[in-house]
Amino acid sequence: MRNMKKTRPWLKISISGIIAGLCNGLFGSGGGTIVVPAMVHLVRMKEHDAHATALAVILPLTVVSSFVYYRSGFFEWDVIWKVAAGGALGGCIGAWILNRISTYWLRKVFGFFMIIAAIRMII
Amino acid sequence: MLFFFIGLAFGVISGMGIGGGAILIPALIFFGGISQHSAQGVNLAAFFPTAIFAICLHIKNGYIRYKIAFYMFLAGITGAYLGARAAASVSTEVLRRLFGVFLLIMGIYEFIRSSRNNR
Repeated sequence: MRNMKKTRPWLKISISGIIAGLCNGLFGSGGGTIVVPAMVHLVRMKEHDAHATALAVILPLTVVSSFVYYRSGFFEWDVIWKVAAGGALGGCIGAWILNRISTYWLRKVFGFFMIIAAIRMII
Repeated sequence: MLFFFIGLAFGVISGMGIGGGAILIPALIFFGGISQHSAQGVNLAAFFPTAIFAICLHIKNGYIRYKIAFYMFLAGITGAYLGARAAASVSTEVLRRLFGVFLLIMGIYEFIRSSRNNR
């Protein structure tokens, strides 16, 4: 809290919020990757609180972005419901596995795949 | 059925706290063959059920800092609207390349973070 007064984080919080919103709208993802570190580093929030608070920021931002996407005809409902159904089931399985294995190497592997996919998308 | 399995794989991975949209969007494009815009739309829409469920849990447990969340949301709302309108106004090729740059940064960040946390 002392740190909060000294550095006046409100401007930085606003800038982080705008960037998170831009990513959410432009890329349809990625808000959490900006909001969570911003909360941890700018206002010294605990990791757990930061995740919860980030969700409370990103959910309404996603409503705004979704509205524009929906109005622009980018919502393919037949794909959405299948992915959402699979995602809900998979989420439960993932949460169950999480407590049983280390994610260290998995993170590395997915970081690697993200970089490969990114290069393919840029070229 | 293909899209269900893409969703399932995505759900398992994000349930473990890795990736999220950064994994789902490329998977939908490379394996599902849908456009960049539609893939991003799927990611936005698929976020709702799990996020609403998680938020209810967080509200119950009292983890959310409402004041900071509200300020950040106020700042973010303009960004979200402008970002979404910008996405709607560019071609799927241009958006795919922009997303690629974003994904590259995220991938490198994930790589570095996983090394630093040493988990």
